[in-house]
Amino acid sequence: MAEEFAVRMVNITKTFGHVVANDKVYLELRRGEILSLLGENGSGKTTLMNMLSGIYFPDEGQIYINGREVTIASPHDAYALGIGMVHQHFKLVDVLTAAENIALGLPGGVVVDRKGIAEKVRQICDRYGFSVDPDKKIYDMSVSEKQTLEIVKTLYRGAEILILDEPTAVLTPQETKKLFDVMRNMRADGKSIIIITHKLAEVLEISDRVTVLRKGEYIGDMDTAKADARALTDMMVGRTVTLNIQRDEPVNVQRRLEIRNLTVKDSDGVTRLDDINLDVYAGEILGVAGISGCGQKELLEAIAGLQTAVSGSSVKYRPTGPDGPAEELLGLGPRAVSDRGIRLAFVPEDRLGMGLVANMDLVDNMMLKEYRSGKSPIVERRHPSEMAREIVRELEVVTPGIDTPVRKLSGGNVQKILVGREIAMNPTVLMSAYAVRGLDINTSYTIYRLLGEQKKAGVAVIYVGEDLDVLLQLCDRIAVLCGGRLNGVLDGRTATKEEVGYLMTTLQADRKEASA
Amino acid sequence: MTKHEPLIHIVKRDGMAWWRAWAIRLISAVMALLVCALFIYGLTKLNPIKVYGAMWEGAFGSPRRAWITARDTAILLCIGVGLAPAFMMRFWNVGAEGQVLMGGCATAAVLIYGGAALPTWALLCAGALASLAAGALWGLIPALFKARWNTNETLFTLMMNYIAIQITCFLVATWENPKGSNSVGIINQKTQAGWFPALFGQQYMMNVILVLALTVGVFLYLRYTKQGYEISVVGESENTARYAGINVRRVLVRTMAISGAICGLSGFVAVAGSSHTISTSTAGGRGFTAIIVAWMAKFNTFVMVLIALLLVFLEKGAVQIASQFHLNDYASDVVTGIILFFLLGSEFFIQYSLRFRSHTHAKEAEA
Repeated sequence: MAEEFAVRMVNITKTFGHVVANDKVYLELRRGEILSLLGENGSGKTTLMNMLSGIYFPDEGQIYINGREVTIASPHDAYALGIGMVHQHFKLVDVLTAAENIALGLPGGVVVDRKGIAEKVRQICDRYGFSVDPDKKIYDMSVSEKQTLEIVKTLYRGAEILILDEPTAVLTPQETKKLFDVMRNMRADGKSIIIITHKLAEVLEISDRVTVLRKGEYIGDMDTAKADARALTDMMVGRTVTLNIQRDEPVNVQRRLEIRNLTVKDSDGVTRLDDINLDVYAGEILGVAGISGCGQKELLEAIAGLQTAVSGSSVKYRPTGPDGPAEELLGLGPRAVSDRGIRLAFVPEDRLGMGLVANMDLVDNMMLKEYRSGKSPIVERRHPSEMAREIVRELEVVTPGIDTPVRKLSGGNVQKILVGREIAMNPTVLMSAYAVRGLDINTSYTIYRLLGEQKKAGVAVIYVGEDLDVLLQLCDRIAVLCGGRLNGVLDGRTATKEEVGYLMTTLQADRKEASA
Repeated sequence: MTKHEPLIHIVKRDGMAWWRAWAIRLISAVMALLVCALFIYGLTKLNPIKVYGAMWEGAFGSPRRAWITARDTAILLCIGVGLAPAFMMRFWNVGAEGQVLMGGCATAAVLIYGGAALPTWALLCAGALASLAAGALWGLIPALFKARWNTNETLFTLMMNYIAIQITCFLVATWENPKGSNSVGIINQKTQAGWFPALFGQQYMMNVILVLALTVGVFLYLRYTKQGYEISVVGESENTARYAGINVRRVLVRTMAISGAICGLSGFVAVAGSSHTISTSTAGGRGFTAIIVAWMAKFNTFVMVLIALLLVFLEKGAVQIASQFHLNDYASDVVTGIILFFLLGSEFFIQYSLRFRSHTHAKEAEA
């Protein structure tokens, strides 16, 4: 007897420590449909799907497959129920061939029946329009080929319900189109598919229905035929919360950084930042918004001299305003930047892995950027000690002493030390990445206050953030990145959460106005 | 969905007061002696106290024995001190053996070819410089490859050892004296040209003074200089080093040159100050033993003095009990092994604590 729902997840709750990843979430997947699971980073999409595929076990709630309540305690159980998941990070053995990877973990004898597997793989490929070479080694495959293989693998194991975790994040537009064709073929064949994504255009293009999560909560679902990008953005980002962050009117604003045609490629040759044109002004806080991994890290690191930019890129530094002398920052490297007296402060995302040395005490961490000063070959620890004591006192850092390794301090205190050190260098430009991530409310407000003070002191402040409420109430302007491109610059005082959210998820065709 | 909890959890400690750490080390040393005693008695029916007494006798029983212990400690310590900067940078230099041999060969060359022409002080200066240069070269090669092509330094430095051994074999054949002996013999035996002179009437005093000076020097270098600070930062996190504007490649190459040079100087001490000959056993595995010295001391060169002394003491003591009680050589190796096992094992209990299942259950019940 055909039951309408392939999957029903009811009242699912999952907590990790004190973090509630999923709070009474509902999800329904009909037979033969494509369902989008939409939400910002950290909204609990992947956690929910991991419970369906047997990687996590829910604290509360029930899962029904084809109308029958089931217990999924392991990926093995999930496969037995016909559920297959393609993870964001592929789970393939590099030195084996496609066929061998498919055979891995399947019951059978010692000898791998390559011919039989190849034949069955070919059948699956023909049926849905894939192309997989069973004898190709994984290390010879492109990202798209690996993904195809992962999908074939789940089908080979008899999956009727497929979960794809952000499958398009690693694909080119052409490859995405091919994937969507295959997904439609699978749907036509009666498979039920869940696609995790935060790209609105794809939601509208591929799926029949969409379920929205926000901060671990179930917000709702709707037919995509009735949905539009605005309505989905509203569901995804929610109503504005008032935070009461002090934001002064900018005074004496002048251009300090001119970013022109900035393009950055990673070691694999993938473009991470695409032709960014942006000005940063002294005396204001420029917010940078975007889904994580859209080029925020590369933007800051390129300015700091830690990323090599493609030739033709330029970041001009103008200490005395737009008419004063200019210095090209790209190609210098952090050492040359500081040797030229350019006081560029940078609070990186990875506090203990980049901004600080975890095993060193407060004093030695204070010296990190200034230890070189002076001609003597001996390091001078008196001034750093004073600095450490002052930061501990002013920012109320909780620490047994200034000779405690920073790894022993709590996250908030670590961040206070890092921000304190960067501000103590009297910067002219202050860049921060996710400066309040993981911090409690009080420490977060301390950070907002410090950034505000720097702005008033005439520093050009860049704040890369993820909480839209904070961005809208702290920043004077907000630059929105989407897929490595600058997708628009908004006025922080007039922009709405929906506007920012929309720019984060929907790439604008005409980017010219964005660079104004 | 019941998960079976393992019987024992291994939990990393958050740190430990220094006196508790030393108490654990002391306890493990005592336990090592007890286990050794059981082993000795169980196998040989000898009185363990007497055996321990003999070990002491072997290492410090006479002034001459004590000086030989000091001489061998000095060389082992010198290599450990040389390894400290590299290890502090998390550069796994397991090529000290080769660096020592190259330093030794350079010294031997100076003594052989300059022995007749130069006064001893000039020979010593030339030998020291030559050994520093040879060791530095042997340290530089893997560092340059690592900096340029990110080769694996552990394999690279290890293989450099075998090249050094082959070069030494070749030189021994070249310098063979007398012909057909397959050894270099004692270099400048009659003139003693280029040998370390006796200081304060002690033949090995200069070895000890030289190495202690290096010990202090490297300690100060690592702790109080800008270069030492750079080494620590690079060792802890290359990302942070780049962020701070440190040229990681340059620090890598410079530090390995220093590390190799000091190891090379150990070869100088071994040839000009101790054996007055060169052979593949001039390093004699001490390049590897020194790794234990450097690690157990956590790269603190003063603590290395103690560790090096302990290891040489164990070695001398083992030789003594082997001959005195007609024990097989292997029996004394077992004693040394047991003691090292306990001492190294104690570091585990300083880093980690064990929690038993009932313990965690009780904790959950409280919560």
